[in-house]
Amino acid sequence: MKPQRCVAEGLFEWPSDEPTVSGSRCDSCSFVTFPTQDACPRCGADATTPTQLARTGTLWTWTRQRFQPKNPPYIGTEPANEFQPYGVGFIELPEGRIEARIAGDIDQELRIGMPMELTVVPFATDADGTEVLTYAFRPIEG
Amino acid sequence: MDDVAIIGVGLHPFGRFPGTSAIEMGAKAARLALTDAGITWKDVQFAFAGSYEVDNPDAVVNFLGLTGLPFTDVYNGCATAASALSQAANTIKLGEYDIGMAIGMDKHLPGAFAADPVQYGVPSWYGETGLFLTPKFFAMKIQRYMYDFDITPPTLARVAAKNYRNGARNPNAFRRQELSEEAILQSPMVNDPLTQYMFCSPNEGAAAVVLCRAEIAHQFTAAPIYLKASVVRTRRLGAFEVHSPWVPPERADSPTVDASRAAYEIAGLGPEDVDVVQLQDTDAGAEVIHMAENGFCKDGEQEALLSARGTEIGGSLPINTDGGLISNGEPIGASGLRQIHELVLQLRRAAGDRQVPGTPRVGYSQLYGAPGTAGVAIVST
Repeated sequence: MKPQRCVAEGLFEWPSDEPTVSGSRCDSCSFVTFPTQDACPRCGADATTPTQLARTGTLWTWTRQRFQPKNPPYIGTEPANEFQPYGVGFIELPEGRIEARIAGDIDQELRIGMPMELTVVPFATDADGTEVLTYAFRPIEG
Repeated sequence: MDDVAIIGVGLHPFGRFPGTSAIEMGAKAARLALTDAGITWKDVQFAFAGSYEVDNPDAVVNFLGLTGLPFTDVYNGCATAASALSQAANTIKLGEYDIGMAIGMDKHLPGAFAADPVQYGVPSWYGETGLFLTPKFFAMKIQRYMYDFDITPPTLARVAAKNYRNGARNPNAFRRQELSEEAILQSPMVNDPLTQYMFCSPNEGAAAVVLCRAEIAHQFTAAPIYLKASVVRTRRLGAFEVHSPWVPPERADSPTVDASRAAYEIAGLGPEDVDVVQLQDTDAGAEVIHMAENGFCKDGEQEALLSARGTEIGGSLPINTDGGLISNGEPIGASGLRQIHELVLQLRRAAGDRQVPGTPRVGYSQLYGAPGTAGVAIVST
């Protein structure tokens, strides 16, 4: 098995059978942000506490990223002809709508309102062969 | 009571100009605006210049004259030109100066913009994982809008085809070839539901305007155009905006809606008074959404309005008569002043093959871009 790493420390809880992404809850007004941040964009207070967001929600909007993003900032290093397009969407959770890659076949049917669940996927490989992981959402079967 | 008048406009064509710097294009646009106003650079008492790629667009003085004038550079994303215009107008309103200029210029590499997300207050992983991209945001915004308000892909193609058609009549435009709605729909899908020919491209160009205190405008021209309002607004919590990994449950109007309402109020005008419109058409979907965000129709009415060709040059609501961003491309620093250039030509009835019929009195322009900034200007005869 290849060595693996998360793309960013503290972005999501992993390894886990039921991974979740991390946000912050404002100590003053209870407003939840994603990702974590130290200050509240609603009330301006500068004390927040980490919180885990719901891992299921519904697809609020979506697209497919069909051209290879420029590197940097993208860390994929595959040649242009090996680029694998990927789905992108906003998933509506109780805490808010969060943006994510959509896991699964690029041609799978995507519909606004469909139920989605959090997963963790490899999306790039470092020069030393380490797989880089990020959070993503996938349609819930059935 | 009008405070500020536009007495001159100039534009360096938009496109690709190997061997010509952004500064040189800016100086060329400025000279054309000065000639249009019937003044010289020595008459200009202050200036603002906007650019994304050039740190010091004020270096146009190397080609215009080192007169020592106060000259301030601004950058504010896709609303850079709106910011330069607002600051120039406000400087005249302060009463210290009578005549000033706003100049915009840029020279971008081909392809979608790439930047460091950290510089936008967004974490590195957002870019590393392939999410820090403007086209996919616009695609997701129109995808949701089409779902909510029953807009169909042929309507997107009608917007793009109109803008190419208008651009074909504009000698300064970048893409001057008409494209059929079928060709637009069948071009490669870039970010569903938006195809290649529904997007504008970053490119090169410059534009400039000469502004003066309204009371002295008739010294320079028999037909000044008055700047009734020039407003910039940024996103509020709850708005669905570019370069943001999340949106909270609460909903807020976009900064375009906020800027539009403020501009109408300042101008004492409403959308029903507007005769010719320039909207930010980063993509065909953006023009559709911006029609409603700026008050020109209700959400969902675009489908029928476009079907009836209502936004054509001869229609009830002519939009992007010079081809908009889709046909002109987007040199960020210059884009908003290109809009003003076109509105001034239209209100002077000097827009040639693309002149709207009748006697247009009020023009409206809107810019929107990263990271959630909008600019609106209203001009009138």
